[in-house]
Amino acid sequence: MLLKPPETEAVPDCCRGGLYSCLLPFGLFGLLCLAWPRVAGGAVFTAQWAWVPSLDLNLAFRLDGLSLLFGLIITMTGFFVTIYASSYMAGHPHNGRFFVFLHAFMTAMLGIVFADNLLLMFICWEATTVLSFLLIGFDHEKAEARENARQALLVTGAGGLFLLMGILLVKSAGFPMTLSLLGDSRDLIQTHALYPAVFICFLVGAMTKSGQVPFHFWLPNAMSAPTPISAFLHAATMVKAGIYLLMRLHPVLGGTTLWMSTLVLVGGTTALWGAVQALGPCDLKRILAYTTLMALGVLTLFLGGRTVMSLTAATTFLMVHALYKAALFLAVGSIDHQTGTRDLNLLGGLMTRMPLTTLAVAGATLSMAGFPLFFGFIGKEIMYAGALAEEIWPLFATGITLSANALMTAVAAIILITPFFGPLPAHLKHTWETPWTMRIGPAFMGLLGIVFGIMPEWVSKHLIQPAVFAFHPDREEIRLFLFHGINLPLLLSVVTLTSGAVIYWQKTRLRRGIGAATEKLWVTTPGLYQSGLTRFLGTAAAVTRILQNGSLSIYLSVIVLTLVLLTGSVWLPHAADIVTVPAVTGPYIAVGLFVFVLGAAAVVVTARHRLAAIGGLGGVGGGVALIFLVFGAPDIALTQLLVETLTLIFVSLILLRLPPMEPIINPGTPSRMRTLRNAILSAGAGLVVFTLISGVVGHPLDRGQTTFFETHSYLSAHGRNIVNVILVDFRSLDTLGEICVIVLAAWAGVHLIRRPFGQKRAP
Amino acid sequence: MEHLLALTVGTLFSGALFLMLSGELVRFVFGFVLMGNAVNLLIFTAGRLSFVAPPLIGKTGTVPAGPVANALPQALILTAIVIGFAMTLFLLILLYRTYAQTRTLNTRRTEFLSESAGDDTDSDIRKKNPS
Repeated sequence: MLLKPPETEAVPDCCRGGLYSCLLPFGLFGLLCLAWPRVAGGAVFTAQWAWVPSLDLNLAFRLDGLSLLFGLIITMTGFFVTIYASSYMAGHPHNGRFFVFLHAFMTAMLGIVFADNLLLMFICWEATTVLSFLLIGFDHEKAEARENARQALLVTGAGGLFLLMGILLVKSAGFPMTLSLLGDSRDLIQTHALYPAVFICFLVGAMTKSGQVPFHFWLPNAMSAPTPISAFLHAATMVKAGIYLLMRLHPVLGGTTLWMSTLVLVGGTTALWGAVQALGPCDLKRILAYTTLMALGVLTLFLGGRTVMSLTAATTFLMVHALYKAALFLAVGSIDHQTGTRDLNLLGGLMTRMPLTTLAVAGATLSMAGFPLFFGFIGKEIMYAGALAEEIWPLFATGITLSANALMTAVAAIILITPFFGPLPAHLKHTWETPWTMRIGPAFMGLLGIVFGIMPEWVSKHLIQPAVFAFHPDREEIRLFLFHGINLPLLLSVVTLTSGAVIYWQKTRLRRGIGAATEKLWVTTPGLYQSGLTRFLGTAAAVTRILQNGSLSIYLSVIVLTLVLLTGSVWLPHAADIVTVPAVTGPYIAVGLFVFVLGAAAVVVTARHRLAAIGGLGGVGGGVALIFLVFGAPDIALTQLLVETLTLIFVSLILLRLPPMEPIINPGTPSRMRTLRNAILSAGAGLVVFTLISGVVGHPLDRGQTTFFETHSYLSAHGRNIVNVILVDFRSLDTLGEICVIVLAAWAGVHLIRRPFGQKRAP
Repeated sequence: MEHLLALTVGTLFSGALFLMLSGELVRFVFGFVLMGNAVNLLIFTAGRLSFVAPPLIGKTGTVPAGPVANALPQALILTAIVIGFAMTLFLLILLYRTYAQTRTLNTRRTEFLSESAGDDTDSDIRKKNPS
């Protein structure tokens, strides 16, 4: 039972170490800002160190407009999330571990966006997978968190393997591993026979990481992570890795009909699914998770295009989303932290209690809904322009974007109005604003949403244009304006806001309808995942039961059978050529010894009593010693005799304390069959061994080693017994190892005997 | 001659494996000892048989006078014999311990397969005697 902390000890409101660790993202952000002006001017910074050159794996890094944009988003969000978490996680027993994971995760993510080598990027990619597992399952005492962490790991990990497969296919086709050089071979790659396979592999990697339907289900479940982590994963890192991959590969793999149609279809489905599902839940975090799905879908949809307009739309929306999503997640975390709930039905009227958080949420949601003067408005305008500029199915893209945006407007209204406006419920009377550490992040990012919205030209010139130029060959100038004039996108914006209002008005009815429709789906990927996992584990358990069944006889049978089947099937057809009929030449006494040894062995095998078997063993040992003696090996004959004597003494000593042997064939058919099977198996193994040795002795012997020992035994080691010199001099390390084996065996044996014996318990 | 010895080794192998497969642990140990002998003979055969003097250097010369037996496999076998001995002893002690714990040496018996009996009592003892 856990002891409660004494009442006097207040929970600290800030974890100092965690707070100071925000210097890491801040420093990185500063460094990126130093490089910013030159990168925005078109400069590219590269750095390269050899790591495993034979595998084309180099520590190659590259900072261009696209990596800069991602790097800025990652470090800025990381900075605010760290500050925020220093209060959010204060008093948590594992908060030290938390910040280590957080910063490691951020570093891995930066590795993905700065890597210029496909394999290096894959390594960072897998690092984010593993670290996200640790972060999502951070509250590892909850079964749900463990389950969700495992789900994220399995889904994104499997996708990572697809990514690796794609990279290896590119490598096997003879293309360079350096990302920046890959663009030069664009035409060769796109006409290559492997192109569809490569595309599918990369796409599956991106889809799993970025939660595209049908791999989306892990993402809402990843909400079991602490809220700062959710903010970081959703706004800036993890799920954006797939989007980054698609952007980075756009100049290499993009622009084909296959690319465009697949991405538009996948992205459109995800966007619509996420937007519709976002209306359903009452948990604020879950709502935000589904809006992330929608955003990722829309991004994929725009990356399906190949015009500057579509790609600009994707890049702009990436920024819009990063800003409002981080702010919203952190604000929801604040609500949860201060009130203990994030259930919409229990919240209301918090505006008076948490004014600054309300303002931050207002800024973020208005940007999300795309109100004029907010950055989201610019994003929405360019989205409609981009959707209309798609080369494949522009009407489909526009329709999807319109519906998704309308739904987003309604969801934004729900997030803003329900918790903050209306009457304050009685149980929230004692709720107060959060400490400054938890306010600064949402407030700053909410504010940026307005600042960027007012000065879009600056943003497009310094951030978006360099990023788009980094992955699109055309140098068409990109300019975003506050007001583009009365045109189709503006009209669509008006339609969006109107229909959003209608959806908000009808939200209860819609929610019920969506819930009913979702339940009627007869096949879902989460269901498939679950049943697949259950079956996989079941199969593993069954295989283990068969292979690891604990039976010594079966283990041995498998080993012997493998020897007979594998070695025998390859070797025996050749053996007939090599193995000659044994010719009896030389000392006939040796033949007599062979017969003696075999006879003694037969006694051991057939013995019914232990004494007979021990006698037979002695016969075999002595016979073998004599064979050694006859063929010029007196040293081993002597050793053999000594060891054999000792062995027999020990065997007799131990057997005295053991029960008599059971007959080898008990009455009854199973025992008889088993004995027959064992006999056949061992006869087969003996045949394989016999033919193998015969094959060996049929070849001429290379006496090089022996000649070396013979010539150097006296001259170098001053010994006249060559065998002894080999043991104690030339191969003395072997002898040392042998001594170690004896010592270990004796040590273990002594402990086994001296350990007290337990009495058997009654069952 | 080598082929004849190879035949002997193969037959010893068969016998040893047959005993080891029987599922009774005393027979398993007998088979193990037989297998050790068979393997030593295998190495010996692979170094070729010669009905000549042992690998020694006379008191006067610096190299062996005349043909001698192959020294290399002999050195290997010496090591193998000793290690085989150590392993056999360890196996015997395991056998002894197993019988003390399970009261059977037949691996097909259910008492042998139930793992809990020995483990539980051991951990209980360790709790009582922390030293």
